[in-house]
Amino acid sequence: MTRELSFVEAMNEALVQEMARDGSIVIFGENIRGQGRGELLGLQDAYGDDRIIDLPISEAAMTGIATGAALAGGRPIVHFQVSSLIFPAFDQLVDQAAKLPLMLGGQAHIATTYMVMGCGASGGRAGQHSDNPYPYLIHAGIKSVMPSTSADAKGLLAAAVREDDPVAFFVPVRLMASRGPVAEAPYAIPLAQGEIKREGTDVTVVAVGHLVAEAIATAEALAVDGIDVEVWDPRSLLPLDRAGLAATVAKTGRVVLFDDSHRSCGFAAELAAVITENSFRDLKAPVKRVTRADVTIPFGEAIEAETLPDQRRLEEAIRSTLAWK
Amino acid sequence: MPPSNLDSASLVSMYRRMRLIRRFEERTAELIDAGEIRAHAHLYIGEEAVAVGVSTALDTRDITTSTHRGHGHILAKGGDPVRMFAELMGREAGYNKGRGGSMHIADLGLGIFGANGIVGAGAPMACGAARMFKNRGEPHVAVPFFGDGAMNQGVLLESLNVAAIWDLPIVFVCENNQYAISSPIAEMSRGSLADRAAAFGLAAETVDGMDAAAVFEAAARLVARARAGKGASFLECKTYRFEAHNTALRASDLTYRTAAEIDSWRERDPLTVIAERLDTEDGWAPGDRAAVDNEVDAEIEDAIARAKDSALPAASTALDHMYAQTYPGFPAGVSE
Repeated sequence: MTRELSFVEAMNEALVQEMARDGSIVIFGENIRGQGRGELLGLQDAYGDDRIIDLPISEAAMTGIATGAALAGGRPIVHFQVSSLIFPAFDQLVDQAAKLPLMLGGQAHIATTYMVMGCGASGGRAGQHSDNPYPYLIHAGIKSVMPSTSADAKGLLAAAVREDDPVAFFVPVRLMASRGPVAEAPYAIPLAQGEIKREGTDVTVVAVGHLVAEAIATAEALAVDGIDVEVWDPRSLLPLDRAGLAATVAKTGRVVLFDDSHRSCGFAAELAAVITENSFRDLKAPVKRVTRADVTIPFGEAIEAETLPDQRRLEEAIRSTLAWK
Repeated sequence: MPPSNLDSASLVSMYRRMRLIRRFEERTAELIDAGEIRAHAHLYIGEEAVAVGVSTALDTRDITTSTHRGHGHILAKGGDPVRMFAELMGREAGYNKGRGGSMHIADLGLGIFGANGIVGAGAPMACGAARMFKNRGEPHVAVPFFGDGAMNQGVLLESLNVAAIWDLPIVFVCENNQYAISSPIAEMSRGSLADRAAAFGLAAETVDGMDAAAVFEAAARLVARARAGKGASFLECKTYRFEAHNTALRASDLTYRTAAEIDSWRERDPLTVIAERLDTEDGWAPGDRAAVDNEVDAEIEDAIARAKDSALPAASTALDHMYAQTYPGFPAGVSE
């Protein structure tokens, strides 16, 4: 049966189903009893304080505790209330959890999920609550996923929890209340499996997270002008569905990368490199990027908007790439 | 020196383990100088009583986390010198298949979560394991080893707090060897380290870290307390590093401490302290110490020979072990 669920309700359903299936899953977080958004709703009542574990404000310890719990046979999930809270935990993420498996020579793997809530700018949250920090963790080799729909949120969270490696699950702040159809039965969407969210033939927009819906809206607007845009959602940022990306590039020959992480060494930069290395012969025009600006997100409304990728600049980029001869 | 509650066989066994660590470290330094071991190592010489005293109170289901100066902690908990030398030599037969080297040796089968190159980083992992033990109703204990330097690292202070509020079965073992590399602890913090732990709500003790029997008795008391569900504790062991911070920094060792200071601590060499205890308590016969030393020396030489004889990892395996689950083109190599 399929119902309409919000993004966080879909996440909650994945957690309820996975925790029922696997008794080794524990969730570590801060402010769990008071968090009213919904992704952890009811879990403490259902599973108790030994599986839904509230911590003091100690992100570094929380992350290291999850690593130790994993080494001791648990399957922990770490709940970061907002994306920038991974920064106080950086050593435990990139220098410990990410590196230990190889350094241990395969003696142990660390089956840990990092739920990174509230990613990106939602308007007026300023410099320290508007980050999309996935390039940092991708760079460190931490598997990373960012869903764009409620259905993908449920399936990718289940996959992240089942994976025997650290996986960061990035939740776009602008989608947390968005609703969409979700199948009730448990399911997982495998990592490294992108999806065409809108079929088209003239140009591919690779869009990540909340930008997928914006890319689809732009595509519908451009359809009036006879421009047929394909929207491809990688969903899994690391590992990347290289075959899926190559297929859509081969189909359209023109690519606009639409990503809300920094321009320099951001996710779009990696996509551009992969496309250039693997699909050069298929390209009819240079790859274009519409990204976040390389600055701290400013507070004020107009200046904040100026730093973020949006539909206006996506449309300009699409028209520009189509005009390239 | 007050008599200990340990029987002679236990004391001899502890002496043997301490001597094994000492000889392992002496030969490691020589092998580094001879180019048989790549890079450098942080030697545990002078601190053997801490690792052996504490580990004698543990079994293999208890877990430890260790430091950059980790060889002693691993050998003390039963680590295999062959696999340790093989790891230092970068061999496939090493504990970490040659992927970790000196600062990352671990033996998950013996409950050794491993050495760590970042000061204080093992403490939260020990808390996580302790939380799982407690959740599952298991009687095991987690023991993070760390130095005085780690007492000024945020994640360790966070861990002390969490361990206290959760009443974790954990014993924090602080090896206060007086220096964070070259910075004297007296200049880097105010008050006693044990008092700081007590302020977090942990049961805290300070012990002579050069006396293995004293360390054992304190550790055994705190481990028993943890097993009985009475919560987290902290053991400060006052000790001293006889060698330089690491084998690369020998030339600067006397820029921040004096030869006289090192000599004064060497007079309380932990191997001498336990040997004298065995002498005064008639724990062994004349000639026993030399016999143990000879056996240990032979064991170490045999381990070195076997490690040297083992194979290096094939270059084609360089990307292995980072992930439990891999995908097409992932992890990426150097070029496509």
